[in-house]
Amino acid sequence: MPAPLESHAGIAGALLIDNVDTDQIIPSREMRAVSRSGLADGLFAGWRYADAESRVLRPDFILNRQPLTSVLVSGHNFGCGSSREHAVWALAEFGIRIIIAKSFGEIFHGNCMRNGLLPVTLPAGDVDAIAANCEGEVIQVNVRTQTLQAGCLPGWSRAFQIDAFSKRMILEGLDPVRLTLRDAGLIARFQAGDRARRPWVYS
Amino acid sequence: MTTLLDKLWDLHRIGDAGDGYDLIAVDRLLLHERTGGIALKSLQEQGLPVIDPSRCFTFMDHIVSFRPGRGRDEARSPGGEVFILETRRLASDAGITIIDTDHPDQGIVHVAAPELGIALPGFTVMCPDSHTCSLGALGALAWGIGSSEAEHILATGTLRAKKPRQMRIRVSGELGAGVTAKDLALFLIARHGAKGANRCAIEFCGSAIEAMPVEGRLTLCNMAVEFAAFTALIAPDEKAHDFVRARRLAPAGSQLALAEAHWQTLASDPGSVFDEEIFLDAGEVTAQVSWGTSPEETIALGAAIPLSANIRVLNYMGLSAGQRLEGLAIEGAFIGSCTNGRLSDLELAARQLRGRNVAPGVRAVCVPGSRRVKQEAEARGLDLVFREAGFEWGEPGCAMCFYAGGKTFAPGARVVSSTNRNFEGRQGPGVRTHLSNPAVVAASAVAGCIAHPARTALQEEGV
Repeated sequence: MPAPLESHAGIAGALLIDNVDTDQIIPSREMRAVSRSGLADGLFAGWRYADAESRVLRPDFILNRQPLTSVLVSGHNFGCGSSREHAVWALAEFGIRIIIAKSFGEIFHGNCMRNGLLPVTLPAGDVDAIAANCEGEVIQVNVRTQTLQAGCLPGWSRAFQIDAFSKRMILEGLDPVRLTLRDAGLIARFQAGDRARRPWVYS
Repeated sequence: MTTLLDKLWDLHRIGDAGDGYDLIAVDRLLLHERTGGIALKSLQEQGLPVIDPSRCFTFMDHIVSFRPGRGRDEARSPGGEVFILETRRLASDAGITIIDTDHPDQGIVHVAAPELGIALPGFTVMCPDSHTCSLGALGALAWGIGSSEAEHILATGTLRAKKPRQMRIRVSGELGAGVTAKDLALFLIARHGAKGANRCAIEFCGSAIEAMPVEGRLTLCNMAVEFAAFTALIAPDEKAHDFVRARRLAPAGSQLALAEAHWQTLASDPGSVFDEEIFLDAGEVTAQVSWGTSPEETIALGAAIPLSANIRVLNYMGLSAGQRLEGLAIEGAFIGSCTNGRLSDLELAARQLRGRNVAPGVRAVCVPGSRRVKQEAEARGLDLVFREAGFEWGEPGCAMCFYAGGKTFAPGARVVSSTNRNFEGRQGPGVRTHLSNPAVVAASAVAGCIAHPARTALQEEGV
């Protein structure tokens, strides 16, 4: 399971476009093994490299301009598209810990929580302000208090929403599988009743 | 007064999982080699067993070669065979049924699962694949998940989930001649934006949905994820019952009678309240083509690209604001995928191809969504129609819907495609994808440029 994340202070990098899909985050051609690791190199391969084959860098791409970026700032619907959890694994392996966006793709959002990568949704105006002013600057995020501060915007602080279960997953590095296995009795009782109600599901 | 989603949710709700989440029973888990293998592997590494392999199915679809006469382990990209081999081994170790590359039922998971009766009305069906929402067309509560969630289902038979908000989309009237479910989906996404469904579970209803064949409904629900929906649902009616009845793994005999009685209850009560609603007159919808790199960047075939179009996107696509798509030269045409790889899609395209030839310089490829689709198409002689026109006729799988390495269209090539995503690089580095319905793809392949389907062909067939 991922390491618990209580707070983070890291360098912001802005990729301020809408609909950054998981095909961009990790192109399918960069998924080369049945593995959760070995993906950082392929992160944003289509944008990060002038030539993906030889790995010649495109200097103006944010992760090349700011290779220490750990707080990625983006637009609407970040992580839309394919369900591939490899997108989250690639971001995490590269060193991204927080993604601040105007909105997220649903499956990607859930995948983040299970891998200790915190997705923070903020109003569009706030995201634009961070992107415009804070690139290369430190952003501080406190998961426990659900607040975010940017050193480049003095006095600026924002609260963000995170549901209680996701918060526990992030804070404690919780393993949902083991949590649910504790409910084996409850599940078995449900199935016994369900089998009587809907036998065709079990035959 | 409860909605269809409420009913399906309650039926599968094992209990309160705390923090606003429910523990939901999963009736069927579908895996494929691209994202399913890793779930099986992680579980095995943790020493956890698969709790009920009989309710899991593994499909080989994503990375399999579509070359005619492909080998059992042959991938369509260099090194891809490791996904086939490892997933096969892991699924087999876990005792999970494999619909393997050479299985007579092989196909894209969202095409083959309905054909096999694995996805049924009232079932919860999960798959680590975003287009799992397709199966809502049958009245199954189905949504795409990540690999970690698939692992959770493998180990526990359940998922921790938060009940989504709900949206009803009522499509009144009827779709015009030559206007398909794909056009309806693209139209909705273009009008309301790629995040328009706002993470809601959509229920499609209205006269245009009632009139829509089940295969069209699968296409419509397939595209729900491109609309940022949690999933999509259509209340199962007689058409849906007829579609699933007598499928190989569908209930039979007394079980069928019980199941059918249950299916009758699967509808939203009159007066049900939804969090959001969209009303649309189907008559407004015309054939659609995407111009950009998000499905929301779509216009009516024959219309001009909006003047407000994003310059970055225009540059990638090699287009300019105000330009018309019709008449734009193409280098590629692809028919297939979980969106438009079913028999009716192939028939629609074939009507444009009879007695015609693919234009010089266009690589045109048709890959049926499953072996059953392929077989049925061949029984009707459609393979000859495609091949004589100059199309390649491939072995079933996801094929050119997404690029996974190896040879594909050249950078900058313009491709008209019956698939679901026009994302940058989706069909290959620099490839420019235009989404449309299969008739538009076929007509464009023949014309050598983005083109309206021939009216004569449409009228002949009374579409």
